[in-house]
Amino acid sequence: MASLSARIVIRATNRELEIPTGLFIDNQFVPSVDSASEPIQAVNPSTEEPICSVVAGSAKDIDIAVAAARKAFNTTWGKNVTGFERSKLLNKLADLMERDQDILAEVESLNNGKPVKIARDFDIGDSIQCLRYYAGWADKITGQTIEVDNKTKLAFTKHDPIGVCGQIIPWNYPINMWAWKVGPALACGCTIVMKPSELTPLTALMLSKLIAEAGFPPGVVNTIPSLGSVGGAALSAHMGVDKVAFTGSTVTGRKIMEAAAKSNLKKVSLELGGKSPQIVFESADLDQAANWACLGILYNTGQDCTAGSRLYVQDTVYDKFISLLVPKAKELVIGDGFDEKSGGGPVVSKTQFDKVWRYIESGSAQGAKLALGGQKRPGKGFFVDPTIFTDINANMDIVRDEIFGPVLSVGRFKTEEEAISLANDTSYGLGAGLHSNDANQCMRVSSALEAGTVWVNQYNLLNNNVPFGGKKQSGIGRELGSYALEEYTSVKAVHWNFGEKLDWPL
Amino acid sequence: MSSTFTYNFDTPTYKGVSTVPTGLFINGKFVDPVEKGTLDVVNPVNGKVLTSVAAGTAADIEIAAQAAKKAYKERWGLKVPGTERGKMLNKLADLLEANLDEFAALEALNVGKAFNMARIMDVGGAVGVLRYYAGWADKIQGKTIETNELKMAYTRHEPIGVVGAIIPWNFPLAMLSWKIAPALAAGNTIVLKPSELTPLTALRLCPLLVEAGFPDGVINIVSGYGSIAGQAISENMIIEKVAFTGSTLVGRKVMEAAAKSNLKKVTLELGGKSPSIIFDDVDLEQAVKWVGHGIFLNHGQACTAGSRIFVQEGIYDAFMKKFAEHASSLKLGDPFAPDTYQGPQVSQGQFERIMGYIKSGKEEGATVHIGGERHGDEGYFIQPTIFTDCKPDMKIVREEIFGPVAAVIKFTTEEEAIEQANDTLYGLACSVFTKDINRAIRVAHSIEAGTAWVNCSNIPDVGVPFGGFKQSGIGRELGEYALENYTNVKAVHINTGMCL
Repeated sequence: MASLSARIVIRATNRELEIPTGLFIDNQFVPSVDSASEPIQAVNPSTEEPICSVVAGSAKDIDIAVAAARKAFNTTWGKNVTGFERSKLLNKLADLMERDQDILAEVESLNNGKPVKIARDFDIGDSIQCLRYYAGWADKITGQTIEVDNKTKLAFTKHDPIGVCGQIIPWNYPINMWAWKVGPALACGCTIVMKPSELTPLTALMLSKLIAEAGFPPGVVNTIPSLGSVGGAALSAHMGVDKVAFTGSTVTGRKIMEAAAKSNLKKVSLELGGKSPQIVFESADLDQAANWACLGILYNTGQDCTAGSRLYVQDTVYDKFISLLVPKAKELVIGDGFDEKSGGGPVVSKTQFDKVWRYIESGSAQGAKLALGGQKRPGKGFFVDPTIFTDINANMDIVRDEIFGPVLSVGRFKTEEEAISLANDTSYGLGAGLHSNDANQCMRVSSALEAGTVWVNQYNLLNNNVPFGGKKQSGIGRELGSYALEEYTSVKAVHWNFGEKLDWPL
Repeated sequence: MSSTFTYNFDTPTYKGVSTVPTGLFINGKFVDPVEKGTLDVVNPVNGKVLTSVAAGTAADIEIAAQAAKKAYKERWGLKVPGTERGKMLNKLADLLEANLDEFAALEALNVGKAFNMARIMDVGGAVGVLRYYAGWADKIQGKTIETNELKMAYTRHEPIGVVGAIIPWNFPLAMLSWKIAPALAAGNTIVLKPSELTPLTALRLCPLLVEAGFPDGVINIVSGYGSIAGQAISENMIIEKVAFTGSTLVGRKVMEAAAKSNLKKVTLELGGKSPSIIFDDVDLEQAVKWVGHGIFLNHGQACTAGSRIFVQEGIYDAFMKKFAEHASSLKLGDPFAPDTYQGPQVSQGQFERIMGYIKSGKEEGATVHIGGERHGDEGYFIQPTIFTDCKPDMKIVREEIFGPVAAVIKFTTEEEAIEQANDTLYGLACSVFTKDINRAIRVAHSIEAGTAWVNCSNIPDVGVPFGGFKQSGIGRELGEYALENYTNVKAVHINTGMCL
């Protein structure tokens, strides 16, 4: 039987710790019921060394977790707990995350590769705020009373929790994506079966421990690390799951929606890929725009669904802008997450590394020019340095496909109409940025860009109280803000007759 | 004048020492009032003076308002993100909860209410309100509004600025929380005057305000007399909004002063003469308990006291028998005795007023069913009192008594009950007791009151709005609705293409 915990040594900070490695069901860590289930190996992408292995859940484990979540929903959660209680528990969870932020940051960095300081101050800092934000909503879920006929009917809506939610989260911001899902779902009274990414399961398991410590009743949150094709597929097809929320690739998103349609028409929300454009107009503060452009493609080593991976610069300022952009991009140090100097870490896995390099090679092969990068690093670690292509055209793979690495494609335009047209020429619609000092232009262009989030004179920075999600094939539904609550609520309309007598037959 | 008041509690339900600062709390510090006035704080259990605290005048209110304005401009308002404001409110809630018993003891000492009730209703209630509004602080949202493609229109829900709050003596700490929590959540700074009768818990809270991290000047607590410091708040030209809870009589003065000074926004939570209507199909046991809770809670010193009790003919005798038994069983005594339900009324003035109403009830021909006399010979205790054979024009039926005195009227039909229940200048709350749900809804919808309780009474909820119809008030507290009182809506129209 696989062990249910592992001892990890983090050499860089001299830290030794035990982390849970079992499946988390009913507030307990347990083995898989499937003896044939192969454990999942968690790998350090900076060194390519294994960290430890965790139990991988099978479809049968998903069944057990769903049953636990359903039982909790019917007895100790859902309508059996007040918003006030839910608020208290979410705030407690946030406090515990804050208490453990340093340890969590180190394990996040170890497994995902991102710099420790960024993991702590941004990923975890934002996650703590997110939980607190939704703690504040938990006792403020209101419906409406609606005027119909004062003599006969009282009509009102109740915003019920949807029920048991399957949540499938990615590997690029493991803790942050966990918080984005858990916060609103629990605030609304739903119970959860969470499938963290098979690449980065460790912090989800550590957070599960905090769920139990915070006092959530057993079964409210269950965590089943497993392969997407196993656990993710099982959740999407499960007849006992009322809603599935997925963040990941568009390819997988389609499968999830299909499985939902074919099983029980469960509600689906999807946060998918992007090929988000940034547009630099001639009136922009070019230095600032170059900074935001770098942030847009290099933050998290480009492994961001809203990565600003296409950049269109107005002709009149093109040369000047490029001369600012390239040296700035070069300044970013990609290295081990525990190295103080690192501004970005490796990409998360060999598969991702190979994929990014295939795109870099295709860029050159299809005729784009390399303004920066293009040299594969020797040695251990999935490190990819900032890469910039210019002289692109709309048919190149590097311009059409999501690369999910630090690879930027830069194009040029003459007119505002052309810029908008280029920016919108994609099946994606997640993010977009524009840089301009012309207020009317900012208004026109932000209106015209087909994206769920448009940044004006900024990029990439989100806030927990502002909604986030995709247009077109970048997704369905919104996360964050008050809008996320809609994803976890089921509206019931009640028509209460207190004064009408029915004549029969009509 | 000493700068602190120390009291040693040695009671069956609470033992401990409490130290209360007695100055004016302005700009993060305790200061003496400009005109060096003081006011005495009395223990209503025995009428003896406990201590004196600073009494502010218009000069102090002006200083506090200036401090609040400076704080608003420099270190509060929209300069501090909602998330931060929420954090501080949560911290304050934590600190208050950590000191729950001490605050409950001070409240019991000063107001005369049972310690066990003060713990749950007053202090526990205040903690809940602070936490609830902490959650709203980063969720104050305006709208973007579709007009046409050449204009971008949106609203901002900005804080008003410096707001004034004048609070009563019946639930001092809880009323303080109802005012400061939404005001701070929305980004305002505050000048608050606690009641001259009950300043102790407000003053004891000040060090916690500092510890919670609120910058200097964000919350200022100025004790003083209503006619002096309260009036000064209503007249002050810097304060842009005043929230008052108290009597209708004083509420008029606040509104008048606001109109004459700078047209500051006004919200008022005033008196009531709330009806409880009991139909003859009720669960008798439960109805008696709830109706009792409606009038005798806090010794009848609640704005929503269900002080007019309409009992349907069919159940009248049975109800009155049980109701008298229930009222007679209420334990009067020392607030710190574990089984005390009712302590003394808050002051000599209130005591005399209530006894005056009881006298008038007798003189105008109502029948004393039980009670009607002072209880004991020390302190301001009054027996739970029930009058029957009441007529609509009697003083005890028309005017707010604010004591443990119920006026009972028999009725026959639903229409009669509704008509009589609405025959009042007030409109704060009502309670309807019946098993017939259709009737419950009809009646609840027909009574002219801001809160209708069905098969319960006197049981507000922080998420549900609260306020008066008619002369019971202006505006709503609690729930999301309270935020409107503390925001100024700005509409922004951005021309993105219209040319003249």
